[in-house]
Amino acid sequence: MSAAGNQRAEEAFVRFDKVQKSYDGEILVVKDLNLDIPKGEFLTMLGPSGSGKTTSLMMLAGFEPATHGDIYLGGESINNVPPNKRGIGMVFQNYALFPHMTVAENLAFPLKVRKMGSAEIETKVQRALDMVELGEMGGRRPAQLSGGQQQRVAVARALVFDPSLILMDEPLGALDKQLREQMQYEIKHIHENLGVTVVYVTHDQSEALTMSDRIAVFNDGVIQQLSTPDDLYERPQNSFVAQFIGENNRLHGKVSGVSGDECKVELDGGGEIIAKTVNNTATVGERTTLSLRPERVEIEPKKGQTDNTVTGEIKELIYLGDHIRTRMEVAGNDEFIVKVPNSAGNKPLAEGAQVKVGWKAEDCRALDPMAI
Amino acid sequence: MSDAALGTNHSANNGAASEPLIAADGIPLKQKLAKTTRRMKMQAFLLTVPLVLFLLVSFVLPIGQMLYRSVHNPTGSNVMPNFAVAIKNWDGQGLPSEEIFEVFVKDMALARKNREVGKTIGNLATRVNYEIPGARSLFTKSARRAGRITEGPYKEALFAIDKRWENPHIWLTLQRVTKDFTAAFYLAATDQKYDEAGNIVWADELYQIYLPILWKTIWLSALITALCFIIAYPVAYLLSTLPLRTSNLLMILVLLPFWTSLLVRTSAWIAMLQTEGIINNIFVYLGFISDENRIQMIYNMTGTVIAMVHILLPFMILPLYSVMKTIPPSYMRAARSMGASGTYSFVKVYFPQTVPGIAAGTLLVFILAIGYYITPALVGGNDGLLISNLIADHIKKTLNWSLGAALGTILLTVVLIFYWLYNKLVGVDNLKFG
Repeated sequence: MSAAGNQRAEEAFVRFDKVQKSYDGEILVVKDLNLDIPKGEFLTMLGPSGSGKTTSLMMLAGFEPATHGDIYLGGESINNVPPNKRGIGMVFQNYALFPHMTVAENLAFPLKVRKMGSAEIETKVQRALDMVELGEMGGRRPAQLSGGQQQRVAVARALVFDPSLILMDEPLGALDKQLREQMQYEIKHIHENLGVTVVYVTHDQSEALTMSDRIAVFNDGVIQQLSTPDDLYERPQNSFVAQFIGENNRLHGKVSGVSGDECKVELDGGGEIIAKTVNNTATVGERTTLSLRPERVEIEPKKGQTDNTVTGEIKELIYLGDHIRTRMEVAGNDEFIVKVPNSAGNKPLAEGAQVKVGWKAEDCRALDPMAI
Repeated sequence: MSDAALGTNHSANNGAASEPLIAADGIPLKQKLAKTTRRMKMQAFLLTVPLVLFLLVSFVLPIGQMLYRSVHNPTGSNVMPNFAVAIKNWDGQGLPSEEIFEVFVKDMALARKNREVGKTIGNLATRVNYEIPGARSLFTKSARRAGRITEGPYKEALFAIDKRWENPHIWLTLQRVTKDFTAAFYLAATDQKYDEAGNIVWADELYQIYLPILWKTIWLSALITALCFIIAYPVAYLLSTLPLRTSNLLMILVLLPFWTSLLVRTSAWIAMLQTEGIINNIFVYLGFISDENRIQMIYNMTGTVIAMVHILLPFMILPLYSVMKTIPPSYMRAARSMGASGTYSFVKVYFPQTVPGIAAGTLLVFILAIGYYITPALVGGNDGLLISNLIADHIKKTLNWSLGAALGTILLTVVLIFYWLYNKLVGVDNLKFG
């Protein structure tokens, strides 16, 4: 434990310091994880399956030992603290409500372990049930509850013993879309009201964007980017993040000139584009993948309104009410999506028509090259 | 686990409407529904017909036959049909009348000549012999001479053949055994008998064998079940938690004895446990015991217990495993995350969820053990015999099928009682066999 590490650990409530994890001694599932989480934050670990996010959470919970590195909780290393001594509340993927106990008994479990008096247990259980609006359900068995109700019980059970840190492992994965969205807000409000620190694991990017203070995007055992939701969406630092968060148009090309934080890119499909260099990585002659959000593309832009103008062919139109989702072929990419707002006075589009599309240089980010 | 966890609340929803619903063509909906599903129900039933027939022939009929045979013994009326009718209404005071004696002597003379199976005088002699030891010779001797008695008084003629006919008790017994239905075999199976005056009394202590063996069978079965549980629980836990490749290997090790012939396994135990066997040799070699004091581990109760635990173990492991397999590790993790120690989590969270498997496994092993025959017969010696060995004895050797049937019925009743108790304690719908 270095002195500097200790210093930082005291500022951060949860801290991963150079953590590595391997299950078989051959593959690192988590490679050099460094992450500081301040008290009261809602941090989401987002990534595809196998990216190491759940493993990181399990190491924090204490169910998996770190192969290398230290994990700190409140300034103390918890590497050798068993999970039951860590005082961390946890919500599991399938809720893990004990089927042989009633809801109230489930909630009382962590309190009984702590040898609280029965009167105190009763008030705490009732308070927790009221918090998730299941005040009357205490006598039921988990199997008699709907999925959403089970989910709330699981949250209440993780909170009932007042832990200062709650871990959630894809807790909404089993719910249908509408319920999932509702629960997202409920969990967010509980977090705001109680001020607990939450570490939340999900592979659903919209869930992450809705709920989090900050998001750590995992891929291949490494945090690709750690930032606020808007920052992640608007300013992805590499093509993985650009592709994983939100919808993204990719254009492949080669850097042909650099000036300040802008660069010229020669597209593989023909034409030259001005784009924003990210991390100053773009050097002349290097390949790059351009990332462009569909809603930042203009159809038939006025002259001077956009820095780049390219001609494309409309392949498919999908009417979605508030906007028309337009699939085009632009510079060799036939999955180029443009969201055309359904606003008054817009010219109707036709499939097969050639149209000009344009965008500003700052909306088009030149990122690391991605395999085509 | 006091009650079933699932589905107690849906009956309220489908309460019948006050008026029957009518389908579009005016026929009540229920009738219509029954009509459309009748064909499917018929098909489903037809599929089960072979099984129903098989069960009827191989299970229901034999058991019914056994129950019947344990109370029904027509030897008396078969051998001496006229006498059976004549003595039926005798008041049992003193000796029967001269007319009854006459019928008796004539029936006896007839029966002696009868060669039809089950109707010879020997059959009746054996039957009476169960009740009055030594009566067999009395019957055969008297029957030989009965043919020569041609005219009365028959009473004195019979007394002249043998003085024992003067004893009224023998006539009471005859009256009893010539009735077609009798509880005598149940009395014998529970170490009771009719005394000479026809009262039910306990058999002499020396002849009390069935009840002690029944108790021994029950508590040995309980012991075997308990041992199986103690051994099987950790194995099943390992099986359910190990990675797939390792657990498959372990599963094969569990099943291998299952696939081996019962006789081979039992014989293997003889080779292992006998006084000159492998285990004793190792003990002697290691100096635990001296050569003269080799341990008797087979042909006694110890041998029966060891071999039966081994043979019945898979029946405990498999239900336990199938239940444990369905318990996700997240339950234990959840308990741990809430602050419970490993032991506390196990006792309060894991163990209760394995109860259906425990219930199924113990029930299976206990019921199998209580009726087990081949292993005790091979390795049980004298004190390791179980009730089923006695039943087999009566069916195969002494040919007292009625007593065998009575013992079998008692065994069946004991099993049913245990099953009923089990249902009270655990709830049969909570069982999980896999």
